[in-house]
Amino acid sequence: MAEKQILLDKSRNWKEFFFQWEWLLVIIFLLIHVVNSFLSPYYLNLNTFIRTPQSFLDKAFIVLPMTFVIIMGNIDVSVGSTVALSSVVMATAYNAGLPMPLALILCLAVGSACGLFNGVIMAKFPELSAAIITIATMTMYRGIAYVILENRAAGGFPEWYSFFGWGSVGRVPFMVIAFAVCAVLFGLLLHRTSFGRCVYGMGHNKRACLYSGVKTGKIIIIVSLLTGLMAGITAVFLTSRMGSTRPNVALGYELQVIAMVVLGGVSTSGGKGKIFGPLLAVFIIGFLSYGLGLVNISAQVLLIIIGALLITSVMVLNIRFDRSNKQMMPSSSGKKRASNK
Amino acid sequence: MLNRIKRSFSGAESFRELGLLVFILILSVVIQIRNPAFLTASNISTLLTHASILSILAVGMMMVLLTQGIDLSIGSTIALSGMVSALTVAANPWVHPAAAILIGVGVGIAVGLVNGILVSRFNVLPIIATLGMMNVVRGLTYVVSGGRWVSAYQMPREFLRIATGRVFGINNLIIITIIIYVIFYYFINHTMTGRRIYAVGSNPEAADVSGIPKKRIICLVYVLMGALAGLAGVLWVARYASAQGDTATGYELQVIAAVVLGGVSLTGGSGKVSGIILGALLFGILSNALPLIGVSPFWQQMIQGIVILSAVIINVMVKRRNEYMALKRREI
Repeated sequence: MAEKQILLDKSRNWKEFFFQWEWLLVIIFLLIHVVNSFLSPYYLNLNTFIRTPQSFLDKAFIVLPMTFVIIMGNIDVSVGSTVALSSVVMATAYNAGLPMPLALILCLAVGSACGLFNGVIMAKFPELSAAIITIATMTMYRGIAYVILENRAAGGFPEWYSFFGWGSVGRVPFMVIAFAVCAVLFGLLLHRTSFGRCVYGMGHNKRACLYSGVKTGKIIIIVSLLTGLMAGITAVFLTSRMGSTRPNVALGYELQVIAMVVLGGVSTSGGKGKIFGPLLAVFIIGFLSYGLGLVNISAQVLLIIIGALLITSVMVLNIRFDRSNKQMMPSSSGKKRASNK
Repeated sequence: MLNRIKRSFSGAESFRELGLLVFILILSVVIQIRNPAFLTASNISTLLTHASILSILAVGMMMVLLTQGIDLSIGSTIALSGMVSALTVAANPWVHPAAAILIGVGVGIAVGLVNGILVSRFNVLPIIATLGMMNVVRGLTYVVSGGRWVSAYQMPREFLRIATGRVFGINNLIIITIIIYVIFYYFINHTMTGRRIYAVGSNPEAADVSGIPKKRIICLVYVLMGALAGLAGVLWVARYASAQGDTATGYELQVIAAVVLGGVSLTGGSGKVSGIILGALLFGILSNALPLIGVSPFWQQMIQGIVILSAVIINVMVKRRNEYMALKRREI
């Protein structure tokens, strides 16, 4: 029996390697480039690949911690509002006379504070679902942004601040470098540390984690704090790109970010997914919208395409998992599974 | 006698509703002291009219949440059904308002059916399926309208009267809401299908084993939600006399918040119609009364968020205390 089990595992290993969700994403990614280069003769050059990402990378910073949140089986819909609040506070503080470097730090601090607040409430009241807590704080943070700035815009930042969104080191945009560094850090944190293993564990079974001595509350708070911090970083880059800010910036970012994470193969029921998938999804959606923009297809059609892509990808994922599960299951438990469905 | 009162209050469910009711009463008294115009017949009518669309959507969302689902696509569905019906009456002014409503409901049913099939047949998680549909339907709205608005002067007066007209001095919206609540109260509490929704939500496996057509029930719930969102779309356009591509963006979260405030659990299986009436009413009061007592409109959103958060937290604390007391009572 044991031997058979090992054999099963082995065959599963190479199969898993080739039937990974990420491969499909890679194919979609390449396909998009092929289609794009057919659509427009100006598409296929090095500049496209180096310079385009800075037009869509701002929200990608939130995708990284959101991957953690969703692997944990939680959800956070307050990130868009956090971006708005930290951006508004930064602009207001700068206009009130705070030096810009301190204003930037304040921006990150406000983002982290928002995340921390979410995390503490989630940890203190585990009975409440993360969805309702973050819906409430989403309304609250956006509301505070409106209280501060009412219906005005704030801007007038110093010249050097635009470097964050537009500047580049050599030929590579600063934003791309910053994102690459963050992505590597988050990847290592998720896949190479015991903290990352705890995140996966909590996605599978929160209670078992708690009983085996994992400080679940602490992990929830840290992940929320990171989410807030990255929302603050997004606010820095977004504001730099736009040059001014309003209380209604980053409206709907939360759902876009969640869509990217899910498209990247992270299951919302928790415990499944890798950091690589959401990263690919960011670039797939980014280049897709860029390519469609080249041939003058409107942003509204893009909405339809992204929605359809999201649904079909998850459907394919489901069918694939069902099939592999059926093959894996010994006959007795296969029956049990059938009754479960 | 005392015992009976105690028993009827000890249940967490009724306690939550009672708490909400007390909260609404205190809020009303405070507002009434600040501004005596609050509890006048005309203002109450305005308030209820304002809360009616939210209340209609709340019933549908409650059923979806009961089955452990969620529907994020309703904001987009409102926009699409409103846009389609507005375009129809703008192009053909002879169309009867009832027909316009039917067109809107039809659009909503179509969206709901897609949601339902995705969730029940293809096992796509509800939050993903409806998130995807949210994008698709919002995009369709822009495509259908070509990015243009339909404004008040393009709509025939009969169409606008759907929301502004009165029967016996009561606004049509309120009447429609009451009719919907009566129908769905009966449906949810007194028909077999309605009770099966609860069964599927509280324990899907048990429901399946006992022969309840689980998939059909789940599909039905989304179709009903879609139909109500379609209806709400037409009412929305008639009330605000304008159909835009970005109508009701993000409204889904407000509806979910109202429903959860009303005591419906996001994990399925528990919640009552009476609870969501209170939840929707609280939202209506908040948005109607804050301007009356001189709160700047920019403060409203923040106050709304604080109220939702404190309501759910107080609720959890009360529940914990109840459970603690129950344990205490068992000690000798």
